Amino acid sequence: MRRDDGSPGFGVYIHWPFCAAKCPYCDFNSHVRHQPVDQERFAEAFRREMAGMRERTGPREVTSIFLGGGTPSLMKPETVGAVLDAVAANWTVPDGIEITLEANPTSVEANRFRGYRAAGVNRVSLGVQALNDIDLRFLGRMHNVTEALTAIDLAREIFPRLSFDLIYARPLQTLEAWEAELRQAIGYAADHLSLYQLTIEEGTPFYALHRAKKFAIPDPDHAADLYELTQTVTAQAGLPAYEVSNHAVPGAESRHNLTYWRYGDYVGIGPGAHGRFVEGRQRIVTIAERHPENWLAAVEQNGTGITSGEQLTSWEEADELLLMGLRLREGIEVHRYEALANRGFEPERLSFLQQQGLVESIGNSRLRATQAGMSVLDALVADLAQ
Amino acid sequence: MNTPLSHIRNFSIVAHIDHGKSTLADRLIQLCGGLDAREMEGKEQVLDNMDIEKERGITIKAQTVRLAYTAKNGETYTLNLIDTPGHVDFAYEVSRSLRACEGSLLVVDASQGVEAQTLANVYQAIDANHEIVVVLNKVDLPAAEPERIKEQVEEVIGIDASQAVMISAKTGLGVPDVLEAIVQQLPPPREGDATKPLKAMLVDSWYDAYLGVIVLVRVIDGVLKKGQTIRMMGTGAKYPVERTGFFTPKMIQADQIGPGEFGFITASIKEVADTRVGDTITEDKRPTEAALAGFKPAQPVVFCGLFPVDAADFEDLRSAMGKLRLNDASFSFEMETSAALGFGFRCGFLGLLHLEIIQERLEREFNLDLIATAPSVVYRLVMADGGVQELHNPADMPDVMKIAAIEEPWIRATILTPDDYLGGILKLCQDRRGIQADLSYVGKRAMLVYDLPLNEVVFDFYDRLKSISKGYASFDYHLTDYREGDLVKMSILVNDEPVDALSMLVHRTAAEKRGRVLCEKLKDLIPQHMFKIPIQAAIGGRIIARETISALRKDVTAKCYGGDVTRKRKLLEKQKEGKKRMRQFGKVEIPQEAFIQALKMGDS
Ligand SMILES: Nc1nc2c(ncn2[C@@H]2O[C@H](COP(=O)(O)OP(=O)(O)OP(=O)(O)O)[C@@H](O)[C@H]2O)c(=O)[nH]1
Ligand SMILES: C[S@@+](CC[C@H](N)C(=O)[O-])C[C@H]1O[C@@H](n2cnc3c(N)ncnc32)[C@H](O)[C@@H]1O
Ligand code: SF4
Ligand SMILES: [Mg+2]
Repeated sequence: MRRDDGSPGFGVYIHWPFCAAKCPYCDFNSHVRHQPVDQERFAEAFRREMAGMRERTGPREVTSIFLGGGTPSLMKPETVGAVLDAVAANWTVPDGIEITLEANPTSVEANRFRGYRAAGVNRVSLGVQALNDIDLRFLGRMHNVTEALTAIDLAREIFPRLSFDLIYARPLQTLEAWEAELRQAIGYAADHLSLYQLTIEEGTPFYALHRAKKFAIPDPDHAADLYELTQTVTAQAGLPAYEVSNHAVPGAESRHNLTYWRYGDYVGIGPGAHGRFVEGRQRIVTIAERHPENWLAAVEQNGTGITSGEQLTSWEEADELLLMGLRLREGIEVHRYEALANRGFEPERLSFLQQQGLVESIGNSRLRATQAGMSVLDALVADLAQ
Repeated sequence: MNTPLSHIRNFSIVAHIDHGKSTLADRLIQLCGGLDAREMEGKEQVLDNMDIEKERGITIKAQTVRLAYTAKNGETYTLNLIDTPGHVDFAYEVSRSLRACEGSLLVVDASQGVEAQTLANVYQAIDANHEIVVVLNKVDLPAAEPERIKEQVEEVIGIDASQAVMISAKTGLGVPDVLEAIVQQLPPPREGDATKPLKAMLVDSWYDAYLGVIVLVRVIDGVLKKGQTIRMMGTGAKYPVERTGFFTPKMIQADQIGPGEFGFITASIKEVADTRVGDTITEDKRPTEAALAGFKPAQPVVFCGLFPVDAADFEDLRSAMGKLRLNDASFSFEMETSAALGFGFRCGFLGLLHLEIIQERLEREFNLDLIATAPSVVYRLVMADGGVQELHNPADMPDVMKIAAIEEPWIRATILTPDDYLGGILKLCQDRRGIQADLSYVGKRAMLVYDLPLNEVVFDFYDRLKSISKGYASFDYHLTDYREGDLVKMSILVNDEPVDALSMLVHRTAAEKRGRVLCEKLKDLIPQHMFKIPIQAAIGGRIIARETISALRKDVTAKCYGGDVTRKRKLLEKQKEGKKRMRQFGKVEIPQEAFIQALKMGDS
């Protein structure tokens, strides 16, 4: 593992937009196909898109690669290999950088995992989501706890690094039940865990069901209690939060996600992927066509699936920096914000928020949200961004 | 060509709110071919042309339409109809309309019968010397009892209803009979001589984005023509007439407007103050001798401050108010400044609905964001030194030591209600410091007359009345006098800072309850903040009620990846926009609706 030098870095994100089934809470760009997907064609399209991106970013050294989804563990190892080769063909990829692949515990077979490893993947992130079968069924997942544990074991054996995801703050989940499940999860964990509170996203089946009052999620007070409990338990276990929902043994943070939150540069390759990087002297946003086959057609016909590429104004950058940076325990570098926003935080507002115990300074150059501030971060950011 | 007087009929359609005036107007326009079937297609209440009228389903502004009707006798008549609003706040529109014509169609919903504004409006029509045609509407409804309502009209109002026309404005049933009744039963204009000097009544004026100020006139004598130089006799302003014409309801240009007729003129009028409704218009070089009596000016009864959310919009607000005032002479404004809200205007309205509507129109038609402060009636302060001053804004209340007495306006209210709800309504009136003046029966319904302090009525009395009576009670009122009251100023403190826009005068006995309700309301209206917020009501230094808004505990997006940044930023931008619609008081942001919503007392 390479040492984190604190720099934002340059990441490459690749989006695999297919899943075996659609989970009822999910609003990611994921699609179910009943015909086999032509992986070679997609690999070729990824290659073309990357070559185009390379023209725009210029030569750069990659700090991490992330294969996300959808369900990238539905990719054949050869496809993964082809895509990683394409990254290396366009940019400098130093040995040993973090290369993550998101995997669903269902689509695991030992041979695939070995194939990914051989292709260069050194970290997997498993979508475990829950450690009891009733909740897994509620979440519409295709795996059970036994399968999840098998996948964890196998991944630990094959990959140097492993993380898994849980979704909590589920309907009727008590503090006691969650604490027990969380402790169990920590027992299985390697050095990284992602713990997300269930969010009801517009347009998903859960949204309609929730609105129809078919189930209820914890009210803000209970949700806050669950969150605080999570912080305490993970910290005691040596897996403190380094971001709102991400926990790691210090030093084992996800380099790739740090790039997002440190507001670094990244290219986004594949359907619906976003990128943010400096082109010329301007920081730009790229957004790709979401629909997989349309994206494919666009790349094949025009050489790119990018549908919009706006330049960010510096105050938009300032807002984004704040939005992402304050999610991190390490907070933001105040000077960087001030330079982009072309103004400082209002001293009176800042001292009030400090007095309320919501933000704190680290030395005289960084600002971060306290644990209390983290629980109301969206309101905090809105207040600071004014 | 002018229509001979004998072939002109000018009339207003009056009724209680929602009894179907505008729907009847639709049918009359349709039958006379003012709009063809295609133009009417899918439309209802075509004269309610403001968005706000369409949305709320009520008429706010009176509208005049000229129709050509060929009667059974083969003669063609010119009918000028004025559709008027029913809500009590717009009674002034009705009184003006009545003054401009000779007859009225009194529309009564045959399922509901005579209501409070039926009475108020028909008495006004009788006062204006009108002939009245009674129209019993909505006979298509299963609950309609036209025969019984006909008797009720005779009994309660005391007018002859033997020739009442029974119709359904919705289906069109019976509407041709209305047209015949207009021609047969209503009189032509009483006077009118085309050869005399011009004498015309300025009935209404409004601002049109394309044509500028449009003036609606009723010509009494003489002829109004393009090119004439006219003079407004009250203000002395002179203008050459640029266009003349009629509304059919489409705006049609015509060469002239003859005696007895309604029409519009435009004359590049710039000054709002130049077109005063009720003024007499004459020809500058051959003026009429005597001006018309004019209208009684509208008396604003509710005042509130309107401030731009963004201080930079102040000048825009000023010009918008000027333009709106042209549309609505019954609202008044003057500049004011507030410690918390900066520069704005103190505005006078005819009622709370009127206030809401003006605010909404300013926001929509002129694209402004406004904050309205707590509405207040006009108090009269008798000072210790013997002087008397008016208080339009509780925030301006002088030191209590200098005040000998505070007087407040009282009204006389007439309420008609089915017997079942009488108990609840009596209690409501009693709770609002009412003094019963009369209780009698109109058929099975009680007619209740009460004297009430206006300040107890203005905010939500009407809403309460409607909810107690499940919508069946109706209500009308007029101002009577000023009476001394034991009134105190109640201040509201949010997070320990006084919010002057929420301070109000209340009766001492009601202060505690009002303070409590107000604090409870504010608790719901002010969103949670990252810290807890105490809300207090105080009289002088004494706290009489308090509530606390607890601190926000959980508000954070659980997962946020690279791809979500754009979405999150857009959300943040929206949030920032939203914050602009809030007002900062110390550390607390108060949504602008809170100022007026807080005053609707609900169950009190
Ligand atoms: N069933 C039935 N409904 C009717 C009839 N006439 C009007 N309505 C309905 O009654 C409601 C009120 O009609 P309007 O014509 O807007 O009443 P209005 O008297 O102009 O109301 P304001 O201008 O607000 O005082 C509408 O929903 C109409 O559709 C009728 O003859 N029969
Ligand atoms: C990119 S997603 C999907 C990864 C993978 N396809 C899977 O589902 O296992 C990454 C994680 O986000 C979390 N997630 C997705 N939708 C969520 C929601 N509505 N509320 C909370 N967490 C969610 C899940 O824990 C999921 O594993
Ligand atoms: S497997 Fe993951 S990406 Fe696919 S639908 Fe479920 S949550 Fe979404
Ligand atoms: Mg109407």
